Amino acid sequence: MAMSNSPAAATRPARLGGFTSRKLAPYLFLAPFVLLFIAFIVAPLVYAFYMSLYRDTLVGGRQFAGAASYIKVADDAKFWGGVWNLVLFGIVQVPIMLALALLFAIVLDRGQVYAKGVFRLGFFLPYAVPSVIATIIWGYLYGPTFGPFTQMAKAFNLPPPDFLSPGAMIFSLANIVTWEYVGYNMVIYYAALKAIPSDLAEASRMDGASPGQFARLIQLPLLWPAILLTIIFSINGTLQLFNEPYLMRALASNTINSSYTPNLYAYSLATKNQQYGYAAAVSFVLGIVIAGASYIFTLITNRRRPEQ
Amino acid sequence: MTATTDIATFGVAKRRPGERRRSRIMLTLLLSLFLVYSFLPLVYLVLSATKTNGDLFTTFGFGFGTKFNLWQNLSDLLARDNGVFMRWMFNSVLYSTVAGIGAAILATAAGYALAKFKFVGRNLLFALVLGAVMIPQTALVVPIFLLLALSGLSDNPLGVILPSMISPIGVYLMRVYIEQGVDDELLDAARIDGAGEFMIFRAIVLPLVTPGMVTVALLSFVGTWNNYFLPLIVLRSPEYQPITVGLATWYQLAQQGGGGGQVLFSIIITGALVSIIPVIVVFLLLQRFWQGGLTAGAIK
Repeated sequence: MAMSNSPAAATRPARLGGFTSRKLAPYLFLAPFVLLFIAFIVAPLVYAFYMSLYRDTLVGGRQFAGAASYIKVADDAKFWGGVWNLVLFGIVQVPIMLALALLFAIVLDRGQVYAKGVFRLGFFLPYAVPSVIATIIWGYLYGPTFGPFTQMAKAFNLPPPDFLSPGAMIFSLANIVTWEYVGYNMVIYYAALKAIPSDLAEASRMDGASPGQFARLIQLPLLWPAILLTIIFSINGTLQLFNEPYLMRALASNTINSSYTPNLYAYSLATKNQQYGYAAAVSFVLGIVIAGASYIFTLITNRRRPEQ
Repeated sequence: MTATTDIATFGVAKRRPGERRRSRIMLTLLLSLFLVYSFLPLVYLVLSATKTNGDLFTTFGFGFGTKFNLWQNLSDLLARDNGVFMRWMFNSVLYSTVAGIGAAILATAAGYALAKFKFVGRNLLFALVLGAVMIPQTALVVPIFLLLALSGLSDNPLGVILPSMISPIGVYLMRVYIEQGVDDELLDAARIDGAGEFMIFRAIVLPLVTPGMVTVALLSFVGTWNNYFLPLIVLRSPEYQPITVGLATWYQLAQQGGGGGQVLFSIIITGALVSIIPVIVVFLLLQRFWQGGLTAGAIK
């Protein structure tokens, strides 16, 4: 759509001669993307930063407050409580999810199973289910009234499992996210494994390496960029968790409060309380936490990076 | 393909055939367990969509109901709230398709400029685009909503479609793809023949990078289809909302219990089933694009 005006614009300078057109061309090719980028990423960010410097008050309207919002976030137990919830969530969920994905990718790549294609497609299928729908389905499965696990427990005269209790909720959410993304990460690893030249396997077999040694000493170092990418994506996704807890609130409003995750907190500040300035500050600090976590992780792992 | 067979023989070469078969069966069983886990919620969804609302509560979740009620559920679903469900499906298809195609074209043009031209600010721009991946959704969505309201575009589908056409990952993928897949000499030869820059892009570059474009379109299509937060904030009127927002609204209504909420259960479950079919079909049709494309950037 946004391209519609560029044909005329791009061909005109061409007639003026090769020099002009080649100098202008990259800007014309970039223009549609950059325009949207400015309108929907740069401008909102600048606007949010501007808002975060003001305070919305019921009586006095909008007042300049400088860094007051940021100082408040730094000391906001609700915000850091949400971050802490997700750190616990991530420490449990991300390693399990990525380890399963890596194991499946290696096994499927070596062809050590029957019906390879079925597994590859089947594991990926949940990724096609929107997180909203996935949460609704799992919500019914967890359900204390007609959830099948409750039914099974009752049939055997066992106490029904309470997936929605405060202690269990974090695992119930972790399960939904794991279900959605194991296959996605597996596909990333699988394609990276496929890119490893086949003569490496040949050579290491000649040298008498076992399959385990081959995986650990050859495949893992070569997979490292892909693994790092999935870890950064996972840190990013975990700290921004919103859809799953937001919908689970409908089932367990006592367990999931409005500041269960930082994004949930920012959302309720902005929509329920109209505290746009403070919500913007919360989002900015969250962005800094995410960038910081990704950066620190990259630093640590680069130092300990397996030798190639 | 050759890599697979080589590694396969490598892994088992020293073992006896019987041992090899046993390990194959063990691994297949292990992976089958996880396959059951992957399919279980979907099986539950399909089974539940065939039940009456009463059977949902009284019959076993992983079994059939007393009556096959799928067709009735479907017609209830389509009739509910004056047929708003089909409207949501239509919106999702429209937004995702336009965003997918738009994202592919924009990312290809931008990726081409970054890959094949030298200009002031190229590296800075590329770094900014990649940095955008780190920004939390809420930091953008609420200000987008406020800015749209200021410019008179609140509750307008463009507020969902236009932001969804920005794909930083797509720009990155297309840059790598074009750097490797499009020969500089070919472009220079066309220039010597007097072709204009746009002509070169359309006639030479686009046909060479079509597979990469399909991958970017697919990623943006799925991303837009699955998006919930942006349309939740930006779109107020039910007739503009996509399927994720619509179904979630019904779900929350049903959980609150009031206003015939109970009756909604079988309709929501049937709606959830119908809503995931298009994406599954798209994935099955375009398998080779997601299997290669998700990672083009991971290795380079």
